[in-house]
Amino acid sequence: MNFKIMETLELEKPKSKTMNGAQAVVQCLIKEGVDTMFGYPGGAIMPVYDALYDVENELKHVLTRHEQGAVHAAQGYARATGKVGVCMATSGPGATNLITGIADAQIDSTPLVCITGQVSSHLLGTDAFQETDVVGISMPVTKWNYQVTRAEEIPMAIAKAFYIARSGKPGPVLVDITKDAQFGNVDLDYKPFTGMRSYRPKPELDLELVGEAAELINNAKKPFVLFGQGVVLSKAEEQFKAFIEKTGIPSAWTILGLSALASDHYLNVGMLGMHGNYAPNKLTNECDVLIAVGMRFDDRITGDLSRYAKQAKVVHLEIDPSEVDKNVKTDVAVIGDAKESLEVLMEKVKPNKHDNWLQQFKDLEKEEYKEVMENELYPSSEKLTMGEVINEVNLQSDHRNIVVTDVGQHQMMSCRYFKFKESKSMITSGGLGTMGFCLPAAIGAKMGQPNKQVVAVIGDGGFQMTLQELGTMFQYGVDVKIIVLNNEFLGMVRQWQEMFFDKRYASTTMVNPDFQKIVSGYGITTKKVVKRDQLSDAVQEMLSHDGAYFLEVAVGKENNVFPMVPTGASVSEIRLK
Amino acid sequence: MEKKRFTISVFTEDIVGMLNRVTIIFTRRKINIESIAASESEVPHIHRYTLVVNETEDMIKKVVLQLEKQVEVVKAVSHLDSEVVYQEIALYKVPTEVLVSGGEAEKIVRAHYARVLSVEPAFTVIEKTGHKSETQALFDDLEPYGMLEFVRSGRVAITKPMKTLKSIVEELENYKS
Repeated sequence: MNFKIMETLELEKPKSKTMNGAQAVVQCLIKEGVDTMFGYPGGAIMPVYDALYDVENELKHVLTRHEQGAVHAAQGYARATGKVGVCMATSGPGATNLITGIADAQIDSTPLVCITGQVSSHLLGTDAFQETDVVGISMPVTKWNYQVTRAEEIPMAIAKAFYIARSGKPGPVLVDITKDAQFGNVDLDYKPFTGMRSYRPKPELDLELVGEAAELINNAKKPFVLFGQGVVLSKAEEQFKAFIEKTGIPSAWTILGLSALASDHYLNVGMLGMHGNYAPNKLTNECDVLIAVGMRFDDRITGDLSRYAKQAKVVHLEIDPSEVDKNVKTDVAVIGDAKESLEVLMEKVKPNKHDNWLQQFKDLEKEEYKEVMENELYPSSEKLTMGEVINEVNLQSDHRNIVVTDVGQHQMMSCRYFKFKESKSMITSGGLGTMGFCLPAAIGAKMGQPNKQVVAVIGDGGFQMTLQELGTMFQYGVDVKIIVLNNEFLGMVRQWQEMFFDKRYASTTMVNPDFQKIVSGYGITTKKVVKRDQLSDAVQEMLSHDGAYFLEVAVGKENNVFPMVPTGASVSEIRLK
Repeated sequence: MEKKRFTISVFTEDIVGMLNRVTIIFTRRKINIESIAASESEVPHIHRYTLVVNETEDMIKKVVLQLEKQVEVVKAVSHLDSEVVYQEIALYKVPTEVLVSGGEAEKIVRAHYARVLSVEPAFTVIEKTGHKSETQALFDDLEPYGMLEFVRSGRVAITKPMKTLKSIVEELENYKS
């Protein structure tokens, strides 16, 4: 056959192509630009796995060691890249094992498409083997979900899933596909989804309200900006920086806002919240205008709402109308995408400086440094502290690492002490507080950003919740640097037991195995540090090591995280000890 | 804050599972749904749920925004009783003999302007539409004569002030993201 004829034949081929539903799933994923996905096979999803076998070069499937690992890896991937994370599991237990990660993604607005296999449609509702109502179970924790029972529905369902997951306020969606739909035939004519009448992802900006917001900001004597992940999700980092620089307003980040601005920016006054910095918590109750950008006034941020920023006028820039007035009553709510809102607001605000006001933050920061940070970063104690380990990583790196954490004391220490230069370089479970998140999320982050150094900081408790994912690292040669800060306790709960439960350490002591042996069993280089003089060399070895590395540091058993806003207290009652 | 009775109207795409998505928003906040009615609306493929709940205004505002946040909810609104025209229907099954014996039961049915739907040798089905207090009053009057079965529908309500659903849907369909 000569090439001319081949070309003609190519042209005459119909636009659509008949294939089975499972192949359509895979083709739709490729058309949506997915190059990496995470999952675990099983009976009801086998046709899709079979279809994946043919496209290994285009679409990499990463076999995790547990479905929870798959969903957290997809989250890490999404958070590190800004793209939609994709994970897949079989029906029944496979599907239910995804739920924790889906709930985590829902509360932290992470775009995810989760695909689950389901028993054949004629078996639905019969308690068939590995049947579970995953659509029902996942409903409260998904932005959208859908059950496909016919192959023809697949292209539309997948297209819709990606559109909904990534648009507006992002979130997880789940598509449940019965096995007969995977085997059925479909003519694939894939069109990306462009919109639906019942869903308006980007509300239209009300320019009058932006004007009112600008007026409050322009007349403020002590304005204070709180910023969250909305800045990152709307890709508004530049606009945000320009806005605060023009107005000269001190700005504090939420846990999910971390790294949206450089740590050392002169207007960055640190982290809000229960274990946040002293100045931003304290001065929340002194500012005259509070400007919240892409954050949702979580209870860990506000403390006692009845004593939260009562003296201030509140401006809230937020994409989700249901967040406005949910916790804190606003004076001006600008509903819209943070980037668009900031661009318009930027034109209406006057250049300003608030040097004296900013100085108040710096003064309190000095107090916090003296009372808390100095002892944490340069301790005189015999035992190592979590803060000094983090500080050592800071000192030996360019602040461009992606830091992934688990949940607990080490997480708060990481949020407080790691330094960031680039957006999306801090990945942590904020809203749900999911222990076991870190290791798989770090794997996902590294696969999404292979050229970045990924440092996973985990406690000895959380590490043991998903340490099976060391197998995933081993199989795929994932270069994650793991730091386990081992205090042989479930440290955060222990701290609360110490402070609020008369030191009754109920079920918080951990008798740990030899992590060195376990991790080296997975072919990963390991080191354990128990003394201060070993730390610097070990960190250097870890950061310069070619490939995955496991650094365990024995830290003080009963160290606490301070400052702290105790539950029920006002943010201005933040305790330094 | 004082609790009041609210009628919440939710307009959704006509899809499987939608009612579940709507009710879990109430369940999660431990709000009891006093009555619920679901049907098609005047716009094809859009369903209308009417829910009655007793709650504070503040909570209702938040719930309505949560309802609207659902991807396939077209519109959600809440109203006080004074802002809606509403009705419920009740059916009563009583022994036929108490009605034909020329006693009080027949007078009661007349006095309540109720309607007889079906007469069988053993029982008669009576229908009464009205507000809950009215259907309850008939229930209370008939009960001494032997109530074999009773059912009351959820509230259906037409709102007094509101843009037409058709215009809302047209506006949404014309929106380009």
